Amino acid sequence: MARSKSISIIILLVVIALFILSWVIKATTFESDPDRISLWFSVRDAFFITMAAFLTLAIFSFLYKDNPYYKFAEHLFVGISAAYWMCVGFWSTLVGNLVPNISETLSTFFKVPYKGFHFTYFVPLILGIILLMRLSSKHGWISRWALAWIVGTTAGLNLIRYLRTDFISQVSNTFVPLLVDWKGVGPFFSDFSLSSTGQFAMTLSNWVIFIGVFCGLIYFFFSKEHKGIFGTASRVGIWVLMITFGASFGYTVMGRVSLLVGRLTYLFKDWLGLIS
Amino acid sequence: MSSIGLIISFLFIGLGLIWLLILAIKGREVDRRLIFVFIGIAVSVPLLFKISFSEKATPIVRDVFYKIENLPEGSKVLLSYDYGPSMAPEVEPMSNAFVRHALTKNHKVYFMCLWATGQSLVATAIDSIVKKEFPDKVNGIDYVNIGFKAGGTGVLNVIITDFRKMYLTNVDGVNLDSVPIFNGIKSLRDMDLLVSIGGGFPGVKEWVLFAGAPGNIPTAGGCAAVSAPLLYPYYPRQLLGLLGGIKGAAEYESELKDVYPDRFADMPTPGIAMMGPQTLAHLVVMAFIVIGNIAFFVTRKKKV
Amino acid sequence: MKKQVPLTITFIVGVVLVLSVFFPPVETLGEDFSLFFDIIAVFAFFLGGGNLIRVHTDRISKKKKDWGFSMITIGGFLIMLAAGLFKLWNPGDISADVAATGSLFQLMYDWMFNPLGATMYSLLAFYVASASYRAFRAKNRDATILLVAAFVILLGRTPLGMYATEWIPESFSLLQIPNLAIWIMTSPNLAGQRAIMIGIALGVVSMSLRLILGVERTHLGTDNE
Repeated sequence: MARSKSISIIILLVVIALFILSWVIKATTFESDPDRISLWFSVRDAFFITMAAFLTLAIFSFLYKDNPYYKFAEHLFVGISAAYWMCVGFWSTLVGNLVPNISETLSTFFKVPYKGFHFTYFVPLILGIILLMRLSSKHGWISRWALAWIVGTTAGLNLIRYLRTDFISQVSNTFVPLLVDWKGVGPFFSDFSLSSTGQFAMTLSNWVIFIGVFCGLIYFFFSKEHKGIFGTASRVGIWVLMITFGASFGYTVMGRVSLLVGRLTYLFKDWLGLIS
Repeated sequence: MSSIGLIISFLFIGLGLIWLLILAIKGREVDRRLIFVFIGIAVSVPLLFKISFSEKATPIVRDVFYKIENLPEGSKVLLSYDYGPSMAPEVEPMSNAFVRHALTKNHKVYFMCLWATGQSLVATAIDSIVKKEFPDKVNGIDYVNIGFKAGGTGVLNVIITDFRKMYLTNVDGVNLDSVPIFNGIKSLRDMDLLVSIGGGFPGVKEWVLFAGAPGNIPTAGGCAAVSAPLLYPYYPRQLLGLLGGIKGAAEYESELKDVYPDRFADMPTPGIAMMGPQTLAHLVVMAFIVIGNIAFFVTRKKKV
Repeated sequence: MKKQVPLTITFIVGVVLVLSVFFPPVETLGEDFSLFFDIIAVFAFFLGGGNLIRVHTDRISKKKKDWGFSMITIGGFLIMLAAGLFKLWNPGDISADVAATGSLFQLMYDWMFNPLGATMYSLLAFYVASASYRAFRAKNRDATILLVAAFVILLGRTPLGMYATEWIPESFSLLQIPNLAIWIMTSPNLAGQRAIMIGIALGVVSMSLRLILGVERTHLGTDNE
């Protein structure tokens, strides 16, 4: 117990020493950078770059195992992100939209254009305060009124938009010509090629889209047993969905790796100066 | 340097993977931290040795590029920064490329965001690209930042008919009626192109559902790779084009350099630069899948 | 009261927003309701912050596990909140952008929020690689199809795919890996995603109707709350 505590203290001292070393080196490197305005900015910016790098490494340390440095970084992130959204929301929407419609005095104070007194804007103000009542265990039930507004808005907006764009338009988009650029059987076979822009490829694409959507929808129809022709179509639907998921996996790998590349670029370029 | 780096990368990782394969055939358990080391090396080495490849735009990216390219000068292009730091490495290269392209074509650029984190990113983009590379562009005349409003789809539902109901001022507190670039702009329907850059909620999908499709406004998207496959059903009717992940960004950057070789000769191309590590990492992941399956089948055979 | 008032609110708001699509006179009311929703959404951010303070102060006061880190959370929260609400170090006046260059708010965003957020998500690259080794098995035909598609996409989305198959002549260019990857995305992937999208759309429409008509009440919680 005492041994692990002393190891922890040693590690902490090493981390602090490395931090100070990095800070000093970065600050001295900045001095020769012509864009830097003064020594204060060099020292300040060197501190920030070093701090960002150490926070990055603290998060990466989780890959070895959970440790106090990771916990520190994680807890800091949670606190900062909550406050960030609150501040931007306050200035952009409360000051930007609510204040100009309820108070001329406040509008003058915040230097936003006063739009006149609109008593209807007390509705979101009151509902917003009611929403905060959720923090109270005794009076939290009243926050349902504000939640009801949120749910009603979302349901009302989504109903028509999803119906129009994600249902009707998608069904309409599925009705594609199954014979593309058709000039006759003779020309189809005489000009046959596996060119990606050729007639065969485009025709095949349209067949795959039409049959794929149809069979995919059949797979999701669980009210009828998947037997016979229905079962075969459902099987084709599963294959199409497997290709879809495989493509999604490929893109997911690409996405996650590029996030890692971004962070390592910061460490190698901005912090260590190993790449230009 | 790049060729040496490529050889070292392949040698190092190749030998490591062979060793992993031997362990797998022997049925030995591999510590996941070893896997982490492999990925770390696969990404680090190409970065350090600056391994990069040339890119060619695919049709879905080219459609976005030539839409912006062929719009008449002075067209109104709205860029919505709907992402945060978690997606920035993937998506920022494409947002920067859009800004450069639109301003080079002398389009009017309207910056906004549906994510609170987008507001800081727009501020950074304006400082690092607009003010530095396009010093002749004037805030309020050639571009404007109207910032963030909470509500996501609720915001879109309002601005599709009336901008000023939602946005009274720009981020600097200037009344929109006093901002010249907003003269004659009543709603989103007055925009010539909407470009949503993001990957979460709200993002490209919400722009299509709540703005592009109902308002019949040309909409393009740039998104994180994770979201890209989900948006293909909208292409090309509801979404005129899409940049999917860092590959999409790299393709757009390469097209920009091809069409404007002099103007963007010194343009930083983080998208193209990231394709080197991306390539190696993909190869390593594919090798892991193969080795993992070999281990699985060998173990299963032994049990039988 | 506890259930009737919220159900009535949901019904009125939902109906107005649906009708606003079809009846222009209701359109303005629909916009106002959306605007009110946006304002209430900001209070939801405050609710999140308040809840954060409540949970972590409770942890500190009761000296629960890792209570020391809760102090970090609250400290970071309060400093960021002060920086943003009072626009500390902001070069402009009270009407200036809260994220103006040089403000403490923007500095904390650039040097703390940004690296922390980006790094948190970049850990996923390691976990995806680990999952590829440990979990991705071609156990049956369906899994094999998934694997093959993933392989084509992984290779096709990198320049290596192009170099590996550029020798294939133009008349067979569909078999070049990058073109195959594009074909997979624009044909079978599109078909599968569209089928899923149509299914989800029907689900959203049905759920929205249930919510507006008050058939679905789970969001109101239980009477014990």
